[in-house]
Amino acid sequence: MSVDTVLRPTLAVWKFASCDGCQLSLLDLEPELLAITRAVRVAHFTEMTRAHVEGPYDVSLVEGSITTEDDAARIVEVRAQSRYLVTIGACAATGGIQALRNFVEPGVFPAMVYAHPEYLRALDTSTPVSAHVAVDYELRGCPIDRFELLEVILALLAHRRPIIASHSVCQECKARGTVCLVVTGECACLGPVTRAGCHALCPSVGRGCFGCFGPSEGANVDALMEWLRWHDHDGRSLNRLLQTFNAAAPVFRDAAVKVATPKQRSASVPTTKEST
Amino acid sequence: MTHGANRNRTVSAEGVARVEGEGSLRVVVHDGTVSDVSLDIFEPPRYFEAMLVGRHFSEAPDITARICGICPVAYQLTACSAMEDAAGIVVSDRVQRLRRLLYCGEWIQSHALHVYLLHAPDFLNCQDAVELAEREPGVIERGLALKRTGNLIMETVGGRSIHPVNVRVGGFYSAPEATAIAALKVPLERARDEALATVRWVAGFDFPDVNASYRFVALRQDGRYAIDGGRPISSDGLDVTPQHFSELSVEEHVARSTALHARLDGRSYLTGPLARYSLNQHLLPDVAREAARDAGLADTCVNPFQSIVVRAVELVFACDEGLRLVAEYEPPAPAAAEAVARAGTGTGVTEAPRGLLLHQYEIDGEGNIVRARIMPPTSQNQLTIEEDLRRVVEGGLDLNDDDLRWRCEQAVRNHDPCISCAAHFLDLKVERS
Repeated sequence: MSVDTVLRPTLAVWKFASCDGCQLSLLDLEPELLAITRAVRVAHFTEMTRAHVEGPYDVSLVEGSITTEDDAARIVEVRAQSRYLVTIGACAATGGIQALRNFVEPGVFPAMVYAHPEYLRALDTSTPVSAHVAVDYELRGCPIDRFELLEVILALLAHRRPIIASHSVCQECKARGTVCLVVTGECACLGPVTRAGCHALCPSVGRGCFGCFGPSEGANVDALMEWLRWHDHDGRSLNRLLQTFNAAAPVFRDAAVKVATPKQRSASVPTTKEST
Repeated sequence: MTHGANRNRTVSAEGVARVEGEGSLRVVVHDGTVSDVSLDIFEPPRYFEAMLVGRHFSEAPDITARICGICPVAYQLTACSAMEDAAGIVVSDRVQRLRRLLYCGEWIQSHALHVYLLHAPDFLNCQDAVELAEREPGVIERGLALKRTGNLIMETVGGRSIHPVNVRVGGFYSAPEATAIAALKVPLERARDEALATVRWVAGFDFPDVNASYRFVALRQDGRYAIDGGRPISSDGLDVTPQHFSELSVEEHVARSTALHARLDGRSYLTGPLARYSLNQHLLPDVAREAARDAGLADTCVNPFQSIVVRAVELVFACDEGLRLVAEYEPPAPAAAEAVARAGTGTGVTEAPRGLLLHQYEIDGEGNIVRARIMPPTSQNQLTIEEDLRRVVEGGLDLNDDDLRWRCEQAVRNHDPCISCAAHFLDLKVERS
């Protein structure tokens, strides 16, 4: 083993319940990828390598939410082995789209998909990593922005704080000169309450933000919902808008409940009765 | 069989690396013969078909994209196709061509990832592409450049490469400007040369001599190598509508897997590059057919280890097809057909990079999803992958456990299973008792 191999910080990438898209973001840093693997030693990353180096690790990137008892135990082990634990993506930060199960009675979803739900060993909920262990940094997004990931890796290598915006998508629209879709009333948009990081992609193609980076700091979601309802957006569609990739983020979850009338809510979320 | 210790054993590979998702492989050898092969998929279930019930039909493309971060375009466009079938929405030719260009981007991205980062290291005895990059300078850089071009197409058409934002039922939120699409020409020309170099590179690898008797299933599109739709056809004469195919293909839930196992008429089958090439190679453009011939491929390919060559040929095709679509591009106006709900059931099929993907939805008159069925390529291929594994183990019993484990992992990676897709992958155990 060379001196270089010993001195390079180690990077481990771990997957929990997820689509693999956020860890793919690391491989999507095509021009930078080989430079990164020269600067850090990839100690565990099953999407990229057969090699596995035992911990401890300097940095662990964690993708996905916790949905099984085994994973609940595994994340504790990952935390114990990691100097810095950075979560990547909406699943790890808020539970992801699979947290929709949190809002229905236990057992409903498994019975709808599998002939033998008894074969499954899964929890009734999908929870963020931070509900189980201390997290040093959360990168938001469904998926994360690869340049934000690069910034976090560079910051950790330089022993400084990552420079990542915490304001809303609204400011990104203004920065790129996109005409406001909320003001023109063209469509419902979560840009005012959603964390920046995507460079306001959806409004740039003429569709409202659907909140894939999760709530921005201090987001007043109720006020936005009131405004959108006043502008003739119906409660059910607003409820659906909030119940996607960060459905279990507390401010999105609570506002989604408020914006839907009970009838509308029961129609948008399957219950045992409807599924039978 | 060279020594007694190998007559009874179990080989297992836990967390088969370089496949997307999590899975494990267990092989039991008893008295010199393989008694059991099982591919266990322990990816946590995410219940997409349940989450979709009660949602609006317009939401399916974005929700199902999250099944797989490696092939989100496949999920989005298959969902669109199924919903358009259900609601009777007719999509313009310009929209369909732009979709095909977006899909070419995903094929290039996914195939470049698999060929260079996931599969090639196996043939060169490397643990990963980083080790390969040290040994063969410039090669991985070429693969990453190809991958970048695929991502560039998806970013240009879809807004971003992972979970694009510009796709909707009926078409696109906005049509890319002609200048933005024209700017893809130069990168695609370079990518086509890189893809041709890729075919020459992988054709020189050492391949184990395998002749499998696969039952191939792929889509057939009029006059073109199928990507974005078509009729399911098979190597044993099947030629049916997507709807009929969905009735013939039955998925079974087995205890060891959160991915369902599909059978067609009760038997296993294979979708993906080997199937597409073997059934449709005559529809490839000349540049791809010549590359295939120079690489030594016959009109069909039944050696799963050579799937890397077929993927490289498909890279040439996807770049060439992308260039054709870029040259012919006219912005669709409107960018999308109006998507008005109508009660009905619809089926959509497309060729995801790793094989045939089927979506089927029932929607009510308000556009609410009543029932959803999603059949990813990996569930359809899983039984065939297990048959491959059995053959590899039977032919490799005199290898030591480590070498046999690696060979088994390779046999799995040959089919590029996306475990996130099929619930979704790998952990090998060889048990020699």
